[in-house]
Amino acid sequence: MTSNQIMFILFSLMITVFSVLTVTTRKILRAAVYLLFVLVSTSGLYFLLNYQFLAAVQLTLYAGGIVVLIIFSILLTSHISQKFESPGWKKTAFSAIASLAGAALAIITILDYKFSATTQAAKEVDMRLIGKSLLSVDYDGYVLPFEVISVLLLAAMVAAIMIAKKGGPAITKSPKFNQE
Amino acid sequence: MSTGIPIHYFLILATIMFFTGVYGFLTRRNLITILMSVELILNSVNINFLAFNRYLFPHKLEGMFFSLFVIAVAASEAAVAIAIIINIYRRFTTINVEDVNEMKF
Repeated sequence: MTSNQIMFILFSLMITVFSVLTVTTRKILRAAVYLLFVLVSTSGLYFLLNYQFLAAVQLTLYAGGIVVLIIFSILLTSHISQKFESPGWKKTAFSAIASLAGAALAIITILDYKFSATTQAAKEVDMRLIGKSLLSVDYDGYVLPFEVISVLLLAAMVAAIMIAKKGGPAITKSPKFNQE
Repeated sequence: MSTGIPIHYFLILATIMFFTGVYGFLTRRNLITILMSVELILNSVNINFLAFNRYLFPHKLEGMFFSLFVIAVAASEAAVAIAIIINIYRRFTTINVEDVNEMKF
């Protein structure tokens, strides 16, 4: 057994266990910390697949950005010591049946399918190639999605500030409001 | 393949993660935990893209760029969702989905 396989087993065990814990734990801050473990293990998988740039993006953006954002909003909106009431057995049973059936169907299909790999040589993914592809207008270029995603990020940032801004119409609770 | 792991293992792992997220999405009542389940789902899809790209089309970079854009969309989605959640909390003083059932001013 090679070290790659050992690392894969480790990461996949961590991902499975902690993602189940994320959706079943009854304390909300623990759910966020388990989600952090899942995201870090996923970035380990990206390293295993030789996508170093994407693994770094995953670590900084997901594990560093989104989880911190989620933890901040948890601290703003919930009592940390408060426990969720467990969902009723009916809801749990039917959701479990739905997800297990879906997972079984997908896994059976995956195991049935014969994937055929190409014989072409693998491309080395280095930073220069990523930057050139992102900004090139050739057939292999991604300049249009790059521009669209930058506009989307700007719009999301402005929207988040506008929505979460204090003193907007949401806090006044009056039936009529004329300000923006 | 240099990693010595069949592609099926990656796909099965992503499937388990995806349906765990679906289970959480169906059972949870708190808005923030629902958001966490959505993040799980998006992550599992990213693993799929990268495994396909590395194993089946190693001479191209489509899967990598697609997961990069998925990560960017997930980030903006999380930012807007958390702004909305904070606003809902200000108005209703709860983020339980069953108590938030009116949109009219």
